[in-house]
Amino acid sequence: MHIHFLDPYQPLKSPVHSLDARIKFILTVAFILTASLAPSAAWPVYILLLAAILAVEILSGLGMIYVLKRALLALPFVLAALPVIFTIKGQALFNLAIGPWLLTASSEGLARFVSVAFKSWLSVQAAIVLAASTRFPELLQAMRAVGIPRLLVGMFGLTWRYLFVLVDEALRLLRARTARSGQSRQAGNKPGGSLAWRAHMAGGMAGNLFLRAFERSDRIYVAMLSRGYDGEVRTLPIPAFSGSNWLTLGTGLFFLAILLIFGSLLWG
Amino acid sequence: MSYSPVQPMHIPDGFLSTLVSVVFWTLSILALAVALKRVGRDLGERQMPLMGVLSAAIFAGQMLNFTVAGGTSGHLMGTTLATILVGPWAAMIVMTTVVSIQALIFQDGGLLALGANIFNMGLIGVTVSYFVYTSIRKLARGRSWGIFAGGALAAWSSIVVASLAAALQLALSGTSPANLAIPAMAGIHMLIGIGEGLITFGALVFLYSARRDLLNINESAPKGSKAIWVGGLVLAVVLAILSPLASTHPDGLEWVAGRNGFLEAARAPFFNTIPDYVFPGISNQALASILAGILGTLLVFGVALAVAVLRRGQKDHKHPYTDSQE
Repeated sequence: MHIHFLDPYQPLKSPVHSLDARIKFILTVAFILTASLAPSAAWPVYILLLAAILAVEILSGLGMIYVLKRALLALPFVLAALPVIFTIKGQALFNLAIGPWLLTASSEGLARFVSVAFKSWLSVQAAIVLAASTRFPELLQAMRAVGIPRLLVGMFGLTWRYLFVLVDEALRLLRARTARSGQSRQAGNKPGGSLAWRAHMAGGMAGNLFLRAFERSDRIYVAMLSRGYDGEVRTLPIPAFSGSNWLTLGTGLFFLAILLIFGSLLWG
Repeated sequence: MSYSPVQPMHIPDGFLSTLVSVVFWTLSILALAVALKRVGRDLGERQMPLMGVLSAAIFAGQMLNFTVAGGTSGHLMGTTLATILVGPWAAMIVMTTVVSIQALIFQDGGLLALGANIFNMGLIGVTVSYFVYTSIRKLARGRSWGIFAGGALAAWSSIVVASLAAALQLALSGTSPANLAIPAMAGIHMLIGIGEGLITFGALVFLYSARRDLLNINESAPKGSKAIWVGGLVLAVVLAILSPLASTHPDGLEWVAGRNGFLEAARAPFFNTIPDYVFPGISNQALASILAGILGTLLVFGVALAVAVLRRGQKDHKHPYTDSQE
């Protein structure tokens, strides 16, 4: 069994997919930064950012449905910002009685909450498009190009390389447990043992997984050594940044900067 | 069986103010620079394969779960195990790698918020783990219960302290009031931490009987560990004192957060000559602009949907995409 469902990359042919990974990486970060810096309740700015990211989603061939479905994953965190509706003082909107407490929602609080949720939703969409339209090795190269330390980028690469191997390993451990004791799909059959026992066994499996990882890393090290590894991370040279790349990057950054400037002037 | 990405401790983008994000990025980068240097000295050329595969193992280990009740399950974060197995400096790099890939690929935590997430799970988690584990090992004077109890307690406290840090960051950003965020986050993670503690305990019992040498029982601590021990002590104490203080007297935090708000407010009346768009029939201005915003969002959505549908029509015609799309 090989775990490919983990990899969010969607192999399609589109202008977004063929764009240089460095441009995509920088523009994604700039987009998220713009969303973060945009003042609270600057709705027109948010809507223009949404229009931009939706356009990219359509252009990339990923489709809005795919991106929006994945974006739902970040939704539960919105709960953390919910109390803000009631704690920021302002024009009273409605009252909510929960037991002995009387909570008063303010319109300023509601505006703040919707802003946080909207910004978060915009940012997560940008990150999804980046991950789904860029191969991981290209992303690694982009990270190296923007100056992330070589060793760290090398680590990301190795982790990615062995992630699938070790997830397979973990799934084998889980399947073995299900076969021997764990659970049954039939109703009424409860998983074996007490809660503490089950936790203990999950721990043993985690230990086993780590042990296998250690042993594998020994083998990998020896294999790398046999091919002349000396502790230095060697990578292909980063290709030059062409004129049209500069143009794309510049246009994107210009658009975001304009949005940000107008947003802070009008609603700051 | 699938990878369930969202854990309550990974802060997504949008929830931290830009200032808080940048401050924690800076702190994380500084600490990582030290850790990278230390690790290079201690592990040498073996570091890359060892840490890379261990990061992957932590990732995979987060799939190992056990049934608790009613469809919920406990699972592993792995900070403490990594700290015990490869030492604090390497564990910082390992956890940074794990958290970064979670954000980059699985959108589990934001990119701008990544600095704060690295700080909470990579730096605070590891330092607190190391501090608690080594302290209890010393108390046990080399008896084996020190390893198990120390590991379990370290796992529990690293989760709780890291969640306190996340709550404080949310409160500082003005996203979540301190008197609610701190007790809520701490409460949830005191429960989640029990699962982490039990799994870590089980893993250490297994490793103790299978490969005792990996637990570095008789080895002396790597250089610079004292600094981490002190750091863990300071962090644990500061957060333990600061959090209840902040949650009972949120004014202090709000004052700090408010200074950003003040800066924004001071700039406000500059360009207010352009009238705000107001909804007819709704006197509450903020509410009216929210409604206008929702209307605008729906409009953009409608246009995007129309474009997407039109394009799909074209696509069926021309088949421009490869068959690898399911």
